[in-house]
Amino acid sequence: MIRARDLTKHFRVHKRGSGLAAALKSVVRRKYELVKAVDGVSFEIQRGERVGFLGPNGAGKTTTLKVLSGLLHPTSGEVEVEGYVPFRRAPELLSAITLVMGQKSQLIWDLPPADTYAMNRAVFDVPQDAFDRALRELTELLELGDLVTKPTRQLSLGERMKCELAAALLHGPTTLFLDEPTIGLDVAMQLAIRDFVRDYNQRHEATVLLTSHYMDDVVALCPRIIVIDQGKLIHDGDLRALVKQTDPDKRVSFTLVTPRADDELVKLGAILKREGQRATLRVGEKDLPAVVGHLLGEWKAADLAIEDPPLEEILRVMFGKAREGREANP
Amino acid sequence: MRSATARTVRAIPTLLRIGLAETVAYRAEFIVWILTTTMPLVMLGLWTTVADEGPFQAYRSEDFVAYYLAMLIVRNLTGSWVAWQVSEEIRLGTMSMRLLRPLHPMVAFATSHIAAIPFRGLIAIPVAVALLVSSGASALTHDPAQLALLIPSIALGWIIGFACLFALGCLAFLVTQTSAIGNIYFTLFGILSGYLLPLDLLPGWISRVASWTPFPSMLGTPVRLLVHPMARGEALELLAIQGAWAVGAIALALTAWRVGLRRYEAVGA
Repeated sequence: MIRARDLTKHFRVHKRGSGLAAALKSVVRRKYELVKAVDGVSFEIQRGERVGFLGPNGAGKTTTLKVLSGLLHPTSGEVEVEGYVPFRRAPELLSAITLVMGQKSQLIWDLPPADTYAMNRAVFDVPQDAFDRALRELTELLELGDLVTKPTRQLSLGERMKCELAAALLHGPTTLFLDEPTIGLDVAMQLAIRDFVRDYNQRHEATVLLTSHYMDDVVALCPRIIVIDQGKLIHDGDLRALVKQTDPDKRVSFTLVTPRADDELVKLGAILKREGQRATLRVGEKDLPAVVGHLLGEWKAADLAIEDPPLEEILRVMFGKAREGREANP
Repeated sequence: MRSATARTVRAIPTLLRIGLAETVAYRAEFIVWILTTTMPLVMLGLWTTVADEGPFQAYRSEDFVAYYLAMLIVRNLTGSWVAWQVSEEIRLGTMSMRLLRPLHPMVAFATSHIAAIPFRGLIAIPVAVALLVSSGASALTHDPAQLALLIPSIALGWIIGFACLFALGCLAFLVTQTSAIGNIYFTLFGILSGYLLPLDLLPGWISRVASWTPFPSMLGTPVRLLVHPMARGEALELLAIQGAWAVGAIALALTAWRVGLRRYEAVGA
C-alpha cells in the first residue's frame, strides 16, 4: 500500500541569466528561486492496483516517485510505502520495492547483466533457489536468452531495458515504481514490456505506479490514473470516468465505399480527420446509434471503429483548464 | 528476520568478485592510476642525488631509497579514489541506483576498492620490494614483530584515507563541484602525510601540525614501521593512534553521508 498526505517537495534552484556578465554577477551575488516540484499531493494506492501517474514535463511525477522510493526527503507531508517511511530506507522496504527509470541504468556498464543479477542476489539476500527460479521466469517472460552474458554496453536500448527490468525484479518486489519504462523502445518491445508488467502484477499481486509519455502504455495497463500539473493533483480516479467527464464524445472512424463530400459528413459529426475515403468524426454519445446506423446502412461504410478520445487530447484539455484556473486565481 | 549486518557480511564475497571483474574491465584507467602513484620514485631520484654528496640531516642515500620505496608500496596498498566517484555519482544522480539497494553505499564502494588492491599492487609492489631489498635493506627494520604490525597498520591507513575521501565526496551534497576542495585536501595530504618527503625533514612546526591531523596515520605510520626500527611500545602507540583516527574518520564519513543525504536531489532523471 502507498499513502501520501499533503506531500510537498521544494527545491532551491540557482537562477542565472545567460552571457558572461550574468555569469560574473552570479559569482558575487547569487539569486535563488524556490521550485515547488510537488505541492501538497495526497493519494492512496491499495495493494495490487495498477495506477498511471500522468502530467506534463516538470509536473512533479518523477520527483514524487523518487520520494516514494526513498531517494528524496520530502519537504513536508507524510509518505508511507508498504508500512515504512521511504526516506528512512529500511532494508525491509528496499527489498519490497523497485524503481525502474528508463533513462537511468542500474546495470554495471562494462560487465554482463548476469553480474549485476549476481550482485543484486547477494545484496538483497535472495536464497539461491528462489533467485534461480525468478531468473528462469524473467528470462522466459522477457525473452532474455543469451543477452545476460553480453557486456551491458554492447546491448541495444531495447535489450538493455529488458535486462534492466529483470535486474529490478529479481528480488521479487511487491511495489513497482516504473518511470518511463518504455522510453525509446519500438512498438513491439513496448507491447512486450506492457504484457510483462501486467503479468507480473497479476502473478505477484504487485502494486504498480507507472509514468509514461506513451499514453498507450497507460491506457493498456492502468484502470486508475492520477494526474498532476505543476506539483498539484488535478485528478485521481478511473480512467474511463475521466475520459467521459472531460470529453464524452466518441471518435467514429470508417472507410467510405462511395465518395462523399465533406458537407455530407459534417451532418453526422465534426470532421477530425479526412484522408481520401477514410474519415474520423467526432460524434456525441446520444447521436451515436443513429450515426453508426446511417454509416453502416445507407453509406455501407467499411472498417468502422468507435473509440474514446485519445488520452493525450483529454490531458491537453485538463491541463488547459487547470492553467486557466490558476491564472484566474493566482 | 535476517539482520542487515549479517546480510551485508554474506554479500561481501560476491561484491569482491564483482569488484575484481570491474577492475579488470577498466584496464586503461587502471594503468593510468598506477602511473600516477609513482610520485615517490620522482622524489627518490631527487633526494638520492642530494644525499649522494653526504647525508641530508640524518638521511643517507639508502635511507631515502628505503623511505620512498616503502612509500610507493604503502601508497599503492592504501590509495583510494572514492571521493571522485561519490561526488560524480551525487552530481549526476547515478547515486540513486545505489540508494535503492539495502546496502550502505560506503560498504559497496569499499568492497570494490578492496577488490582492486591486488591488481593495483601487481606492477608496483614486486618492483619496489625487489629494489628495496637490493638497495635499501640496511635501512629497513628487521624486527619480525614490528613487521607484523605493518599489516594492521596498512589496513588502518587504508580505512582512514578511504573514510576521509568518502566524507570529502559527500561534500557534493552541499556544493556541486568539489574539485577545488579536493585540491586543498591533496595539497595537505602530500605535505602532512609524508608522501612528498619524510615528516622529520619538515620544519618543526609543520611536523607538529601534522601530528594533529589524520594524514600521517594514512601513510607515514606504515612507512615508519617498515623503515624505522622502534621500541614495541612506540609501535603500538602509533597503531593505537591510527585506530583512533580510523574510528573518527568512519564516524565523520557516516555523519557526512547522513547529513548530506537529506539534501540529495537525485537529479538527471
